[in-house]
Amino acid sequence: MAKISLIVNGEPTTADIDPRTLLVHFLRENLRLTGTHVGCDTSQCGACIVHLDGKAVKSCTTLAVMADGHEIRTIEGLAADGAPLHPMQEAFREHHGLQCGFCTPGMIMSAIDMVRRKGYDLDERTVREELEGNLCRCTGYQNIVASIAAGATAMAKSDFA
Amino acid sequence: MYEFKYHRPETLQQAVNLLAENEDAMLIAGGHTLVPVMKQRLASPAHLIDLSHIEGLDSIAMREGLLAIGATATHADVADSSIVGEAIPALAELAAMIGDPAVRHKGTIGGSLANNDPTADYPTACVALDATIVTSKRRLKSDDYFQGMFSTALEADEIITQVMFPLPKQASYQKFRNQASRYALVGVFVARLPSDVRVAVTGAGADGVFRLAAFEEALKKSFTSKSLEGLSVPSDGLNSDLHGSAEYRAHLIGVLARRAVDAANDRA
Repeated sequence: MAKISLIVNGEPTTADIDPRTLLVHFLRENLRLTGTHVGCDTSQCGACIVHLDGKAVKSCTTLAVMADGHEIRTIEGLAADGAPLHPMQEAFREHHGLQCGFCTPGMIMSAIDMVRRKGYDLDERTVREELEGNLCRCTGYQNIVASIAAGATAMAKSDFA
Repeated sequence: MYEFKYHRPETLQQAVNLLAENEDAMLIAGGHTLVPVMKQRLASPAHLIDLSHIEGLDSIAMREGLLAIGATATHADVADSSIVGEAIPALAELAAMIGDPAVRHKGTIGGSLANNDPTADYPTACVALDATIVTSKRRLKSDDYFQGMFSTALEADEIITQVMFPLPKQASYQKFRNQASRYALVGVFVARLPSDVRVAVTGAGADGVFRLAAFEEALKKSFTSKSLEGLSVPSDGLNSDLHGSAEYRAHLIGVLARRAVDAANDRA
């Protein structure tokens, strides 16, 4: 077993885990943060994307033990229960950026990372290229792309990051 | 994934000692090759030594007139580095073509080179730029380092610390991606060094990265895509699978090599 201490969605967290525990399983099963999904389990689909020290990573390909001492943000950490949604979440709602919704948490975490790297003014080509690590099996990309561009614009005018 | 014992050295010497002391140990940095392989139970190390906490092992700097990239520098670090962008823009572009943004935040240059996947991108840059792989024990020229599919000159107790790239006069990497995996179906790195021209190919060779002597000779005479016209690559020994036949890959090598020369000339 290995002892890990990390910050998840702003909360200091300590746990004793088997070193082979994947970060996504630690989040879902130990912390019950089930917004982060296991999709392909092979680092391709992006349903498991969370932020590690502010950068998007695939939590199905990250050992939880390697997140020791680091800061994790999941979809649950974007907005408090009952509080207004994060502008990127709100944009997905407004523009119907989801069909079945399975890929949505990863899409939103990826989108926020995209804004961090590419800025608030995202054209369609940039969004589509930068989204190559996220798959939507409903093939609902049109509205996802529109949501991300609108969410990026909204983030520029908000206090959310 | 099978059980393993996890170690977290804070210095290179501690890592070297752990590797020597523990039988059946493997190194991990970003884990984006090793974790998938462990999940498939194709690798089952008894000990996992995490290099990601060794300070300075991810540094990127100019040293002795060469571009020195630390082993644990991520693909995103290399792609976004202004030092790399200024010294060898083709290398920054190559790093930006690996995987996807989230993968690039974790995968490292040292991990890619230690694994030597026959479809990986970095081996072409090392071979074409005549880079030196620096380890905890010695310095290895790229031509000696890569020894076939998933095989390198690395010894069991040896750790890559950095890669030193000579600065080319002109260079470009062109990649035709496998649409599903993002790995190179074929990738070609062309570099015009101060006194040499080198062309390296990935994705196509059954033994991993290889050089194209005929293309190099033609480009030494004239560094133009025109000088490659009429040159063909024999398909014998090239990979052939459901993604593309050996003939298709042979054709792509020529196309990508010409594109790389044009891109290098357009940059100049």
